[in-house]
Amino acid sequence: MTTVTQPRQRRRVRPADRAANLGLHAALIALSLGAVVPVLIVVMNSFKTTQGIFGSFLAPPDAETFSVQGYLNVFSRGNFLLNYQNSLIVTISTIVLTIVLGTLAAWALVEYRVPIAPALAGFFVIGIMLPIRLGTVPLLKTMTAWGIVDTLGALVLVYTAMQLPLAIALMTTYFRAVPAELKEAARIDGAGEWRTLWITLPIVRVGIAAVASITMLPVWNDLWFPLILAPGKGNQTVTLGVQQFVGQFQSDYPALLAALTLGAVPLVVLFAVFSKQYIAGLSKGYGK
Amino acid sequence: MIRTGTRYRMLALFVAPALVVYVAFAVYPLLSSVGMSFFDSGGGDSTFVGFGNYVELFTNPTTSERFWNALVNNVEFFLIHLLVELPVGLLIAALLTSGRLRRSVGLYRTLLFIPATLSVVIVGFLWRLIINPLWGIVEFPLLGNEATALPTISLMSVWQYLGIPMVFLYTALLAIPDDVVEASRIDGAGAWTIFWRIKFPLIAPQFGLITILTYIWTFNGFDIVYALNGSAPGPNYSTDILGTFFYRSFFGSSGQVADLDLGGTVASVIFAIILVTTAAYFWVLQRRLKTYEL
Repeated sequence: MTTVTQPRQRRRVRPADRAANLGLHAALIALSLGAVVPVLIVVMNSFKTTQGIFGSFLAPPDAETFSVQGYLNVFSRGNFLLNYQNSLIVTISTIVLTIVLGTLAAWALVEYRVPIAPALAGFFVIGIMLPIRLGTVPLLKTMTAWGIVDTLGALVLVYTAMQLPLAIALMTTYFRAVPAELKEAARIDGAGEWRTLWITLPIVRVGIAAVASITMLPVWNDLWFPLILAPGKGNQTVTLGVQQFVGQFQSDYPALLAALTLGAVPLVVLFAVFSKQYIAGLSKGYGK
Repeated sequence: MIRTGTRYRMLALFVAPALVVYVAFAVYPLLSSVGMSFFDSGGGDSTFVGFGNYVELFTNPTTSERFWNALVNNVEFFLIHLLVELPVGLLIAALLTSGRLRRSVGLYRTLLFIPATLSVVIVGFLWRLIINPLWGIVEFPLLGNEATALPTISLMSVWQYLGIPMVFLYTALLAIPDDVVEASRIDGAGAWTIFWRIKFPLIAPQFGLITILTYIWTFNGFDIVYALNGSAPGPNYSTDILGTFFYRSFFGSSGQVADLDLGGTVASVIFAIILVTTAAYFWVLQRRLKTYEL
């Protein structure tokens, strides 16, 4: 699209076009502000005193109202470092497990074309739409029976199961794009199946990045399973930690806003870095 | 070439780990929920009771009233997403792919998606602070009023997830080859005509898919309501949806005893609702939406 419009725009822009461009930017800027300003208001107010917040919600902090007391309160009363650690352990373990299991399965479903392979692939794809939360009661029973209820491991297992269908759908599309000659060449050179897969991996690394970025958000932000499967103080994730903290310290507004900010920042930053992979993952994973 | 026997062996070897985890922690629990809805496990052993749990759910005045209330609320929750989130998402996607933007596309796309990266807990409290009647931007207690509480919560959720249909439809629109659009432009079609007569029909299957996904996601909703109003969401259950009703049924709450059998039954009913609608959608509509090979 850009190649078509570029030469035309380099010529003199017609007034009608200029007006349309202006209107387009105005609309998108307004929408972007609508998305970002509420978040900024919270971040800004987390650096103010209670009086500063109540005095004027929309005013930036000044010499009198600036304060980091909220953050100090969060760290002294909450378990934020532990919550972060738990969220990191759960999210990273899920991503690694999902990538390893999803890549192996997708590789096999593309590579070993036997009659049951398409049926198996379909069985996995259905999972993209399955509302897995509805299986919570049996999950809770299983986890209790195995003695892993209220552990981070329980969360990792459930999240991996939840994310695998999308990961397999995604990796399948990337493996399909790998040239067959490359794999055949490797096999003729005497490479075993594991070795052939290993040689193929660098080619599908974009897919692996897409799986990682699309797994990250729903796992980090989930409230349901931490609440039910790992609610103990020692196992709370950031999302559940913020929820409980906010419930407990309803009146300490600076601390509350600091907690919200601390909960939001890591993922916003990660998304800004990986937005390309995320968008590729979202469109290709569900697209099939 | 690999021999057929080897193929089966390799397939089994590579797929088994994923299959075990997927079946054990996603498929089996879901089916098992349906299974347990036919049993009464009160008092230690399980006895088969047929549709007894369902009869109990729908005839017990309390559970039945709460269920229908939650279902109606959930339909409203979905409809607000359908009527606000999808059209606005489509509009933004259309603006981003109008061909008039160059490098700014990436920036707008990222900024507009930021709310979707936040956890629902944060979104809920953030908006509760902004619309707080004491100092916020509105003086009316939107969350404290039975008539406005659910639309307010739904719109918070719309604000958060707007980026999902946007990205979905944006990538679908990007995939339309330039020459298709260019040809109709040369034929004298304006931007409005090109969008509705050329572009939208081409992305109709993706629009259908995001609609049904939004349906599944909203009927699975729980987080935002729970974050704002807890598990017995007021005022007077006016923001209770199926997810919170399900949670109370097996987890219990101040007004309700935890009952795992009831939980399995409620889960099965929600599952059936989602399954029937989704299947009907795919049979009736998605087949009629032509996928054009481009």
